[in-house]
Amino acid sequence: MALRGNLRDFTITQLLNLVNLAQKTGTLVVDGPSEQAYISFREGKLAYARVGQDDGSLAAVLHKANRLTVNQYRAIVERAGKITDKELGLLLINAGYLTQEEILLNLQSYFTEIIRRLFTWVEGFFRFEGEMLAPEDRINVRLDLENIIIEGSRQLREWEQLQDEIPSLDMALKFTDRPLKNVNLSVEEWRVVSYINPRNTMKQIALTNKMNDLDVRRIVYGLLQAGLVEIVRPEGMVIPISPKTFPTQDKEEQKSLVNKLIGRIRSL
Amino acid sequence: MQTVKMVVTGPFSAGKTEFIQSVSEIDVVSTERKISTAAERSVKEATTVAMDFGRITVDEDLVLYLFGTPGQKRFDFMWEILSEGMLGFIVMVDSTRPETFREARSILETFRAYAPTPYVVAANKQDKDDAWDLEDMRHALRLDSKTKFLPCVATDKATVKSVLLELLYSILAEMESGE
Repeated sequence: MALRGNLRDFTITQLLNLVNLAQKTGTLVVDGPSEQAYISFREGKLAYARVGQDDGSLAAVLHKANRLTVNQYRAIVERAGKITDKELGLLLINAGYLTQEEILLNLQSYFTEIIRRLFTWVEGFFRFEGEMLAPEDRINVRLDLENIIIEGSRQLREWEQLQDEIPSLDMALKFTDRPLKNVNLSVEEWRVVSYINPRNTMKQIALTNKMNDLDVRRIVYGLLQAGLVEIVRPEGMVIPISPKTFPTQDKEEQKSLVNKLIGRIRSL
Repeated sequence: MQTVKMVVTGPFSAGKTEFIQSVSEIDVVSTERKISTAAERSVKEATTVAMDFGRITVDEDLVLYLFGTPGQKRFDFMWEILSEGMLGFIVMVDSTRPETFREARSILETFRAYAPTPYVVAANKQDKDDAWDLEDMRHALRLDSKTKFLPCVATDKATVKSVLLELLYSILAEMESGE
Protein backbone atom coordinates (compact mmCIF):
# COMPACT_ATOMS: atom_id res chain seq x y z
CA MET A 1 0.00 0.00 0.00
CA ALA A 2 1.24 3.48 -0.82
CA LEU A 3 2.88 5.29 2.03
CA ARG A 4 1.06 8.57 1.97
CA GLY A 5 -1.05 10.62 4.35
CA ASN A 6 -1.48 13.72 6.44
CA LEU A 7 1.02 15.08 8.96
CA ARG A 8 -1.84 15.59 11.39
CA ASP A 9 -2.25 11.84 11.62
CA PHE A 10 1.35 10.76 11.16
CA THR A 11 4.14 13.03 12.38
CA ILE A 12 7.57 13.50 10.79
CA THR A 13 9.11 11.69 13.78
CA GLN A 14 6.85 8.68 13.21
CA LEU A 15 7.71 8.71 9.50
CA LEU A 16 11.45 8.78 10.21
CA ASN A 17 11.00 5.94 12.67
CA LEU A 18 9.21 3.90 10.03
CA VAL A 19 11.92 4.59 7.41
CA ASN A 20 14.58 3.67 9.96
CA LEU A 21 12.97 0.42 11.11
CA ALA A 22 11.99 -0.72 7.62
CA GLN A 23 15.42 0.37 6.26
CA LYS A 24 13.67 2.05 3.38
CA THR A 25 15.27 3.50 0.26
CA GLY A 26 13.52 6.31 -1.59
CA THR A 27 12.38 9.87 -1.12
CA LEU A 28 9.88 11.30 1.31
CA VAL A 29 8.06 14.21 -0.32
CA VAL A 30 6.33 16.54 2.13
CA ASP A 31 3.97 19.31 1.02
CA GLY A 32 4.18 21.71 3.93
CA PRO A 33 2.24 24.88 4.71
CA SER A 34 4.17 27.00 2.18
CA GLU A 35 6.90 24.86 0.66
CA GLN A 36 7.80 21.36 -0.39
CA ALA A 37 10.57 19.19 1.06
CA TYR A 38 12.37 16.19 -0.43
CA ILE A 39 14.17 13.89 2.01
CA SER A 40 16.03 10.96 0.46
CA PHE A 41 17.05 7.79 2.30
CA ARG A 42 19.23 4.84 1.46
CA GLU A 43 18.60 1.66 3.46
CA GLY A 44 17.04 3.59 6.32
CA LYS A 45 19.75 6.23 6.53
CA LEU A 46 19.45 9.89 5.60
CA ALA A 47 21.15 10.52 2.26
CA TYR A 48 20.03 13.92 1.05
CA ALA A 49 17.50 16.71 1.78
CA ARG A 50 16.19 19.76 0.03
CA VAL A 51 13.44 22.21 0.90
CA GLY A 52 11.58 25.01 -0.87
CA GLN A 53 13.54 27.19 -3.26
CA ASP A 54 16.94 26.15 -1.84
CA ASP A 55 18.75 24.20 -4.54
CA GLY A 56 20.70 22.25 -1.91
CA SER A 57 23.84 22.33 -4.05
CA LEU A 58 27.23 21.91 -2.39
CA ALA A 59 28.21 25.49 -3.28
CA ALA A 60 25.01 26.87 -1.69
CA VAL A 61 25.44 24.72 1.42
CA LEU A 62 29.06 25.81 1.89
CA HIS A 63 28.12 29.43 1.30
CA LYS A 64 25.35 29.23 3.93
CA ALA A 65 27.83 27.71 6.36
CA ASN A 66 30.23 30.61 5.67
CA ARG A 67 32.81 28.26 4.16
CA LEU A 68 32.58 30.09 0.84
CA THR A 69 32.43 33.87 0.49
CA VAL A 70 29.75 35.52 -1.63
CA ASN A 71 32.32 36.14 -4.36
CA GLN A 72 33.58 32.56 -4.30
CA TYR A 73 29.99 31.31 -4.41
CA ARG A 74 29.13 33.60 -7.34
CA ALA A 75 32.28 32.58 -9.19
CA ILE A 76 31.43 28.89 -8.81
CA VAL A 77 27.82 29.39 -9.94
CA GLU A 78 28.85 31.55 -12.93
CA ARG A 79 32.02 29.83 -14.11
CA ALA A 80 31.79 26.24 -13.00
CA GLY A 81 28.94 25.61 -15.42
CA LYS A 82 27.52 22.14 -15.23
CA ILE A 83 30.03 20.79 -12.78
CA THR A 84 28.48 18.26 -10.41
CA ASP A 85 28.71 18.56 -6.63
CA LYS A 86 30.98 15.52 -6.57
CA GLU A 87 33.36 17.18 -9.02
CA LEU A 88 33.25 20.46 -7.11
CA GLY A 89 33.95 18.62 -3.86
CA LEU A 90 36.97 16.92 -5.42
CA LEU A 91 38.25 20.25 -6.75
CA LEU A 92 37.96 21.86 -3.31
CA ILE A 93 39.67 18.91 -1.62
CA ASN A 94 42.47 18.77 -4.20
CA ALA A 95 42.99 22.51 -3.86
CA GLY A 96 43.44 21.95 -0.11
CA TYR A 97 40.58 24.35 0.56
CA LEU A 98 38.43 21.87 2.48
CA THR A 99 38.82 18.29 3.64
CA GLN A 100 36.43 15.52 2.69
CA GLU A 101 35.33 15.34 6.32
CA GLU A 102 34.53 19.06 6.43
CA ILE A 103 32.42 18.79 3.29
CA LEU A 104 30.47 15.84 4.67
CA LEU A 105 29.97 17.51 8.06
CA ASN A 106 28.61 20.65 6.42
CA LEU A 107 26.21 18.63 4.29
CA GLN A 108 25.07 16.53 7.27
CA SER A 109 24.45 19.65 9.31
CA TYR A 110 22.49 21.26 6.44
CA PHE A 111 20.33 18.14 5.91
CA THR A 112 19.70 17.76 9.65
CA GLU A 113 18.66 21.40 9.83
CA ILE A 114 16.07 20.79 7.10
CA ILE A 115 14.62 17.90 9.09
CA ARG A 116 14.52 20.09 12.22
CA ARG A 117 12.48 22.53 10.18
CA LEU A 118 10.11 19.74 9.18
CA PHE A 119 9.48 18.92 12.85
CA THR A 120 7.63 22.24 13.11
CA TRP A 121 5.26 21.31 10.28
CA VAL A 122 2.03 20.02 11.71
CA GLU A 123 -0.06 20.54 8.60
CA GLY A 124 0.62 19.01 5.21
CA PHE A 125 0.63 15.90 3.13
CA PHE A 126 3.40 13.39 2.65
CA ARG A 127 4.16 10.54 0.28
CA PHE A 128 7.07 8.13 0.11
CA GLU A 129 8.39 7.52 -3.41
CA GLY A 130 10.36 4.28 -3.42
CA GLU A 131 11.48 4.83 -7.00
CA MET A 132 12.77 8.35 -6.41
CA LEU A 133 16.39 8.19 -5.30
CA ALA A 134 18.68 10.98 -4.12
CA PRO A 135 19.90 13.06 -7.09
CA GLU A 136 23.01 11.50 -8.65
CA ASP A 137 24.80 14.80 -9.18
CA ARG A 138 24.62 15.62 -5.46
CA ILE A 139 26.84 14.28 -2.71
CA ASN A 140 24.92 11.84 -0.54
CA VAL A 141 25.63 11.20 3.13
CA ARG A 142 24.82 8.20 5.32
CA LEU A 143 23.38 9.57 8.52
CA ASP A 144 21.79 7.37 11.20
CA LEU A 145 18.26 8.50 12.02
CA GLU A 146 18.13 7.51 15.69
CA ASN A 147 19.51 10.76 17.09
CA ILE A 148 17.37 12.83 14.76
CA ILE A 149 14.29 10.88 15.88
CA ILE A 150 15.11 11.41 19.57
CA GLU A 151 15.63 15.12 18.95
CA GLY A 152 12.39 15.26 17.00
CA SER A 153 10.42 13.58 19.79
CA ARG A 154 11.84 16.04 22.29
CA GLN A 155 10.98 18.92 20.01
CA LEU A 156 7.48 17.55 19.45
CA ARG A 157 6.78 17.57 23.18
CA GLU A 158 8.10 21.11 23.40
CA TRP A 159 6.03 22.06 20.36
CA GLU A 160 2.84 20.65 21.90
CA GLN A 161 3.46 22.52 25.13
CA LEU A 162 4.19 25.77 23.32
CA GLN A 163 1.09 25.37 21.19
CA ASP A 164 -0.97 25.00 24.35
CA GLU A 165 0.54 28.17 25.73
CA ILE A 166 0.36 30.18 22.50
CA PRO A 167 -2.31 28.55 20.32
CA SER A 168 -2.54 31.29 17.70
CA LEU A 169 0.19 33.36 16.10
CA ASP A 170 -2.49 35.67 14.67
CA MET A 171 -2.56 37.49 17.99
CA ALA A 172 -0.31 40.44 18.81
CA LEU A 173 1.88 41.29 21.79
CA LYS A 174 2.20 44.32 23.97
CA PHE A 175 4.59 45.19 26.76
CA THR A 176 3.27 44.99 30.30
CA ASP A 177 3.95 47.79 32.76
CA ARG A 178 7.19 46.13 33.87
CA PRO A 179 10.20 48.04 32.58
CA LEU A 180 12.48 46.20 30.21
CA LYS A 181 15.56 47.04 32.27
CA ASN A 182 18.36 44.79 33.49
CA VAL A 183 16.94 41.96 31.41
CA ASN A 184 19.45 39.78 29.63
CA LEU A 185 18.09 38.92 26.23
CA SER A 186 19.73 37.00 23.41
CA VAL A 187 20.13 38.50 19.95
CA GLU A 188 17.13 36.47 18.74
CA GLU A 189 14.99 37.66 21.65
CA TRP A 190 15.93 41.27 20.95
CA ARG A 191 14.93 40.80 17.34
CA VAL A 192 11.46 39.76 18.47
CA VAL A 193 11.27 42.44 21.16
CA SER A 194 12.08 45.17 18.66
CA TYR A 195 8.90 44.37 16.72
CA ILE A 196 6.56 44.05 19.69
CA ASN A 197 3.66 46.34 19.05
CA PRO A 198 -0.08 45.68 19.34
CA ARG A 199 -0.29 46.25 15.58
CA ASN A 200 2.07 43.37 14.72
CA THR A 201 0.86 39.81 14.93
CA MET A 202 3.29 37.15 16.12
CA LYS A 203 3.07 35.66 12.63
CA GLN A 204 4.28 38.95 11.13
CA ILE A 205 7.11 39.18 13.68
CA ALA A 206 8.21 35.64 12.80
CA LEU A 207 8.07 36.38 9.09
CA THR A 208 10.04 39.61 9.39
CA ASN A 209 12.72 37.89 11.47
CA LYS A 210 12.75 34.79 9.23
CA MET A 211 11.86 32.61 12.22
CA ASN A 212 9.75 29.50 12.14
CA ASP A 213 6.66 29.01 14.30
CA LEU A 214 8.54 27.04 16.92
CA ASP A 215 11.30 29.64 17.31
CA VAL A 216 8.95 32.57 17.70
CA ARG A 217 6.70 30.65 20.12
CA ARG A 218 9.74 29.67 22.19
CA ILE A 219 10.86 33.30 22.51
CA VAL A 220 7.38 34.67 23.17
CA TYR A 221 6.82 31.98 25.80
CA GLY A 222 9.96 33.13 27.66
CA LEU A 223 8.83 36.76 27.51
CA LEU A 224 5.34 35.80 28.72
CA GLN A 225 6.71 33.76 31.60
CA ALA A 226 8.91 36.66 32.64
CA GLY A 227 5.79 38.86 32.66
CA LEU A 228 7.31 41.25 30.13
CA VAL A 229 4.62 40.94 27.47
CA GLU A 230 0.99 39.94 27.16
CA ILE A 231 -1.04 38.59 24.27
CA VAL A 232 -3.57 41.02 22.83
CA ARG A 233 -5.86 41.14 19.83
CA PRO A 234 -4.09 42.96 17.01
CA GLU A 235 -4.90 46.65 16.93
CA GLY A 236 -6.31 48.05 13.73
CA MET A 237 -6.94 44.60 12.33
CA VAL A 238 -10.58 44.35 11.46
CA ILE A 239 -11.78 40.87 12.29
CA PRO A 240 -15.33 40.92 11.01
CA ILE A 241 -17.94 39.91 13.52
CA SER A 242 -19.90 37.11 11.98
CA PRO A 243 -23.16 38.34 10.47
CA LYS A 244 -24.72 35.41 12.26
CA THR A 245 -23.98 37.02 15.65
CA PHE A 246 -27.04 39.25 15.59
CA PRO A 247 -30.26 38.56 13.74
CA THR A 248 -30.29 42.23 12.72
CA GLN A 249 -27.55 44.49 11.35
CA ASP A 250 -29.12 47.66 12.76
CA LYS A 251 -26.94 48.92 15.67
CA GLU A 252 -29.84 50.30 17.70
CA GLU A 253 -31.80 47.08 17.33
CA GLN A 254 -28.72 45.12 18.37
CA LYS A 255 -28.40 47.22 21.54
CA SER A 256 -32.07 46.84 22.28
CA LEU A 257 -31.69 43.09 21.87
CA VAL A 258 -28.80 42.97 24.37
CA ASN A 259 -30.81 45.09 26.82
CA LYS A 260 -33.69 42.64 26.47
CA LEU A 261 -31.30 39.79 27.27
CA ILE A 262 -30.03 41.64 30.34
CA GLY A 263 -33.58 42.18 31.54
CA ARG A 264 -34.45 38.52 31.02
CA ILE A 265 -31.37 37.20 32.83
CA ARG A 266 -32.04 39.54 35.76
CA SER A 267 -35.57 38.19 36.05
CA LEU A 268 -34.52 34.54 36.16
CA MET B 1 -38.00 33.89 15.84
CA GLN B 2 -34.63 35.55 16.46
CA THR B 3 -31.85 33.62 18.13
CA VAL B 4 -28.51 34.60 19.63
CA LYS B 5 -25.92 32.41 21.26
CA MET B 6 -23.23 32.43 23.89
CA VAL B 7 -20.56 29.82 24.36
CA VAL B 8 -19.45 28.33 27.67
CA THR B 9 -16.02 26.80 27.39
CA GLY B 10 -13.24 25.60 29.67
CA PRO B 11 -11.19 22.52 30.51
CA PHE B 12 -12.55 19.07 31.20
CA SER B 13 -14.76 19.00 34.33
CA ALA B 14 -14.71 22.77 34.85
CA GLY B 15 -18.50 22.78 35.38
CA LYS B 16 -19.76 23.94 32.00
CA THR B 17 -22.73 21.56 31.85
CA GLU B 18 -23.82 22.46 35.40
CA PHE B 19 -23.49 26.16 34.59
CA ILE B 20 -25.88 25.86 31.66
CA GLN B 21 -28.22 23.59 33.60
CA SER B 22 -28.58 26.23 36.33
CA VAL B 23 -30.24 28.77 34.04
CA SER B 24 -31.61 26.80 31.11
CA GLU B 25 -35.38 26.55 30.91
CA ILE B 26 -35.10 23.20 29.20
CA ASP B 27 -33.19 20.18 30.38
CA VAL B 28 -29.78 20.62 28.91
CA VAL B 29 -29.45 18.63 25.73
CA SER B 30 -26.22 16.99 26.67
CA THR B 31 -24.16 14.67 24.55
CA GLU B 32 -22.41 12.97 27.43
CA ARG B 33 -20.49 9.73 27.19
CA LYS B 34 -18.86 7.50 29.74
CA ILE B 35 -15.23 8.49 30.34
CA SER B 36 -12.80 6.17 28.65
CA THR B 37 -9.56 6.83 30.54
CA ALA B 38 -8.97 5.92 34.18
CA ALA B 39 -7.34 9.28 34.97
CA GLU B 40 -10.34 11.23 33.72
CA ARG B 41 -12.78 8.76 35.28
CA SER B 42 -11.32 9.60 38.69
CA VAL B 43 -12.61 13.17 38.20
CA LYS B 44 -16.09 12.36 36.87
CA GLU B 45 -18.02 9.53 35.28
CA ALA B 46 -19.34 11.13 32.09
CA THR B 47 -18.23 14.03 29.93
CA THR B 48 -19.56 16.16 27.09
CA VAL B 49 -18.28 14.95 23.74
CA ALA B 50 -19.98 17.23 21.23
CA MET B 51 -21.75 20.03 23.03
CA ASP B 52 -24.28 21.01 25.66
CA PHE B 53 -27.24 23.01 24.65
CA GLY B 54 -29.39 25.22 26.91
CA ARG B 55 -32.13 27.72 26.13
CA ILE B 56 -33.46 30.92 27.68
CA THR B 57 -36.54 32.41 26.02
CA VAL B 58 -36.46 36.20 26.22
CA ASP B 59 -39.80 36.89 24.59
CA GLU B 60 -41.83 35.44 21.77
CA ASP B 61 -39.35 36.81 19.22
CA LEU B 62 -36.02 36.24 20.90
CA VAL B 63 -34.24 33.18 22.29
CA LEU B 64 -30.78 32.92 23.83
CA TYR B 65 -28.97 29.65 23.31
CA LEU B 66 -26.11 28.59 25.55
CA PHE B 67 -23.64 26.17 24.02
CA GLY B 68 -21.18 24.29 26.17
CA THR B 69 -18.05 23.05 24.43
CA PRO B 70 -16.56 19.63 25.00
CA GLY B 71 -13.73 19.97 27.51
CA GLN B 72 -11.48 17.24 26.25
CA LYS B 73 -8.75 18.39 23.89
CA ARG B 74 -9.46 15.68 21.35
CA PHE B 75 -12.80 17.30 20.57
CA ASP B 76 -11.35 20.75 19.99
CA PHE B 77 -12.38 20.60 16.32
CA MET B 78 -15.88 21.45 17.64
CA TRP B 79 -14.73 24.71 19.23
CA GLU B 80 -14.41 26.77 16.10
CA ILE B 81 -17.74 25.49 14.81
CA LEU B 82 -19.47 26.40 18.06
CA SER B 83 -17.80 29.82 18.26
CA GLU B 84 -19.15 30.90 14.87
CA GLY B 85 -21.59 33.75 15.40
CA MET B 86 -21.39 33.85 19.20
CA LEU B 87 -22.24 37.06 21.06
CA GLY B 88 -19.55 36.37 23.60
CA PHE B 89 -18.02 33.54 25.60
CA ILE B 90 -17.42 32.43 29.14
CA VAL B 91 -14.33 30.49 30.15
CA MET B 92 -15.03 28.29 33.16
CA VAL B 93 -12.13 27.33 35.39
CA ASP B 94 -12.27 24.90 38.29
CA SER B 95 -10.76 26.87 41.21
CA THR B 96 -9.81 23.66 43.00
CA ARG B 97 -7.81 22.12 40.14
CA PRO B 98 -4.71 24.20 39.44
CA GLU B 99 -3.49 21.48 37.10
CA THR B 100 -6.15 22.67 34.63
CA PHE B 101 -5.19 26.37 34.71
CA ARG B 102 -2.69 26.04 31.88
CA GLU B 103 -5.28 24.38 29.68
CA ALA B 104 -7.83 27.06 30.59
CA ARG B 105 -5.37 29.72 29.50
CA SER B 106 -4.80 27.89 26.25
CA ILE B 107 -8.56 27.58 25.61
CA LEU B 108 -9.02 31.28 26.35
CA GLU B 109 -6.28 32.23 23.88
CA THR B 110 -7.75 29.91 21.25
CA PHE B 111 -11.23 31.44 21.55
CA ARG B 112 -9.83 34.98 21.62
CA ALA B 113 -8.22 34.24 18.29
CA TYR B 114 -11.44 32.85 16.80
CA ALA B 115 -13.55 35.97 17.19
CA PRO B 116 -13.24 39.53 18.49
CA THR B 117 -16.17 39.06 20.84
CA PRO B 118 -16.24 39.97 24.54
CA TYR B 119 -15.60 37.32 27.15
CA VAL B 120 -15.45 36.80 30.88
CA VAL B 121 -13.65 34.20 32.96
CA ALA B 122 -15.55 32.43 35.74
CA ALA B 123 -13.75 30.84 38.68
CA ASN B 124 -16.02 27.91 39.46
CA LYS B 125 -16.29 26.01 42.77
CA GLN B 126 -15.41 29.08 44.81
CA ASP B 127 -17.51 27.59 47.63
CA LYS B 128 -15.02 24.75 48.15
CA ASP B 129 -12.42 24.87 50.92
CA ASP B 130 -9.57 24.10 48.58
CA ALA B 131 -10.53 26.77 46.00
CA TRP B 132 -7.73 29.13 45.03
CA ASP B 133 -8.09 32.84 45.79
CA LEU B 134 -9.21 34.90 42.84
CA GLU B 135 -6.10 37.07 42.87
CA ASP B 136 -3.80 34.04 42.84
CA MET B 137 -5.83 32.53 40.02
CA ARG B 138 -5.71 35.78 38.07
CA HIS B 139 -1.90 35.63 38.17
CA ALA B 140 -1.79 31.92 37.36
CA LEU B 141 -4.13 32.42 34.41
CA ARG B 142 -2.18 35.52 33.34
CA LEU B 143 -5.34 37.62 33.11
CA ASP B 144 -4.76 41.34 32.87
CA SER B 145 -6.57 43.67 35.24
CA LYS B 146 -9.12 44.62 32.58
CA THR B 147 -10.39 41.07 32.06
CA LYS B 148 -13.52 40.36 34.08
CA PHE B 149 -12.71 37.47 36.39
CA LEU B 150 -15.73 36.44 38.42
CA PRO B 151 -16.33 34.06 41.33
CA CYS B 152 -18.87 31.41 40.49
CA VAL B 153 -20.61 28.30 41.74
CA ALA B 154 -22.06 26.60 38.68
CA THR B 155 -24.89 24.99 40.66
CA ASP B 156 -25.92 28.34 42.18
CA LYS B 157 -28.27 30.21 39.87
CA ALA B 158 -27.45 33.62 41.39
CA THR B 159 -23.73 33.44 40.60
CA VAL B 160 -24.41 32.00 37.15
CA LYS B 161 -26.78 34.91 36.44
CA SER B 162 -24.13 37.34 37.62
CA VAL B 163 -21.56 35.85 35.21
CA LEU B 164 -24.00 36.02 32.28
CA LEU B 165 -24.93 39.60 33.15
CA GLU B 166 -21.29 40.70 33.34
CA LEU B 167 -20.73 39.25 29.90
CA LEU B 168 -23.80 41.06 28.55
CA TYR B 169 -22.61 44.34 30.14
CA SER B 170 -19.27 43.87 28.37
CA ILE B 171 -21.05 43.22 25.07
CA LEU B 172 -23.13 46.38 25.53
CA ALA B 173 -20.08 48.43 26.53
CA GLU B 174 -18.18 47.25 23.45
CA MET B 175 -21.12 48.12 21.20
CA GLU B 176 -21.28 51.61 22.71
CA SER B 177 -17.53 52.18 22.50
CA GLY B 178 -17.56 51.10 18.85
CA GLU B 179 -20.08 53.75 17.86
